Amino acid sequence: MPISRGFRGRRSPVDDDVAGRVPPGQHLVDDFPVLSAGPTPHTPLDEWSFEIRGAAEPVSWTWQEFRDLPSESVTVDIHCVTKWSKIDTSWEGVSVDTLLDVVEHDAAYLLAFCDGGYTTNLPVEDVTDGKAWLAYSYEGEPLDPEHGGPVRLLVPHLYFWKSAKWVRGFVLRDEDEPGFWESNGYHLYGDPWREQRYWGD
Amino acid sequence: MAGAAVLGRLTWLVAKVVGVAAETARVRTIVLDVPGWPGHRAGQHLDVRLTAEDGYQAQRSYSIASPPGEPLSITVEELDDGEVSPYLTRELREGDEIEVRGPIGGYFVWEPGGKDPLLLVAGGSGIVPLMAMVRHRAATGDRTPTRLVYSSRRIDEVLYAGELEELESRGDGLEVAVTLTREQPPGWNGYARRVDTELMREVAWAPEQHPAVFICGSTGFVEAAAGALVALGHDPLGIKTERFGATGGG
Repeated sequence: MPISRGFRGRRSPVDDDVAGRVPPGQHLVDDFPVLSAGPTPHTPLDEWSFEIRGAAEPVSWTWQEFRDLPSESVTVDIHCVTKWSKIDTSWEGVSVDTLLDVVEHDAAYLLAFCDGGYTTNLPVEDVTDGKAWLAYSYEGEPLDPEHGGPVRLLVPHLYFWKSAKWVRGFVLRDEDEPGFWESNGYHLYGDPWREQRYWGD
Repeated sequence: MAGAAVLGRLTWLVAKVVGVAAETARVRTIVLDVPGWPGHRAGQHLDVRLTAEDGYQAQRSYSIASPPGEPLSITVEELDDGEVSPYLTRELREGDEIEVRGPIGGYFVWEPGGKDPLLLVAGGSGIVPLMAMVRHRAATGDRTPTRLVYSSRRIDEVLYAGELEELESRGDGLEVAVTLTREQPPGWNGYARRVDTELMREVAWAPEQHPAVFICGSTGFVEAAAGALVALGHDPLGIKTERFGATGGG
């Protein structure tokens, strides 16, 4: 590969612990950049619901029913496919396990759907056993609409586009089918540690 | 919107710098010769990777400024505290080699020949992918009625000013409205306020005309522009946005 003459890069001192938490091709940021395909939706909470359907009897929660579910506080690192990573972000939300536990199904995949028409596909095993949340609070504040409020999916071990903003439900499926970005050039699975950014990675 | 591209791996390609041109004090266009480049669509971006002598690497995404079929170019704005952009805007010279991967993104793209009018809304360097669309439209002889709303802080930060003026003067259906939000030169007769509902009501197509809308700029800009269009009754699903955060582009 060509050496970029005179390029040193930003070698700000990071301790080994933090350096080991940054996947290949990523760099750390302090702010929280926003990336969305369209306008930010603003759904009133009294019209909001979360629904699970598809290969199961449909179940849905109103905003109040959802907020009455047990919640968890988590601190996780997040990695956006546009190259930024952010460590130790703190969130509050409902574990996806809590929702899927009341649904009888044997689906292997799901498609998360959202206000604004956005979708993303995930293997069910990637959102269960404490790996994913429906987050409604970020750094102690209600989640801002720009960042996906009132509720976004949080799946920190995959690239952040999988953590769908404005999420409103899951369609359970037997087969994996690409969602929005996955139909537009981005990887079907999106593991940042294997740098699965784009089709074919 | 199913992906039309081939499901092949995007490999890193060596790109030779064949031209650099200052657009403004902080913005530079870099023309690249990339053997093996698969071609791109107007609105897509690419990844750039730099490698230091000791093997350290850094990569960032940049919008492609050139239309399909012409020499590949990116326009890069130098960011305060940036890691990659200052190298691209200050150090990089003709003859240097960098690595690129792409094209990336199958959603924020425009193809000529649509039946609906086109509305392009740019904030600052958000003009770059929209310029690829304007250039593609001109290069293909497309006559889609097109309005470009371009918000910049001051006149000396407006990118591609001469070229936009020339393209508009052809009278083939392209209209350009520039708004200068912070400072206006003496005698300025363009807009002088931020993009908001009032401005959009004046310059955007009516919602009933179902324009295809592309908005690119900072998060705050995109929120304002997209929010204004939705408030005026435009279909949110007809509005495509691309945003860059303060350090997201690096």
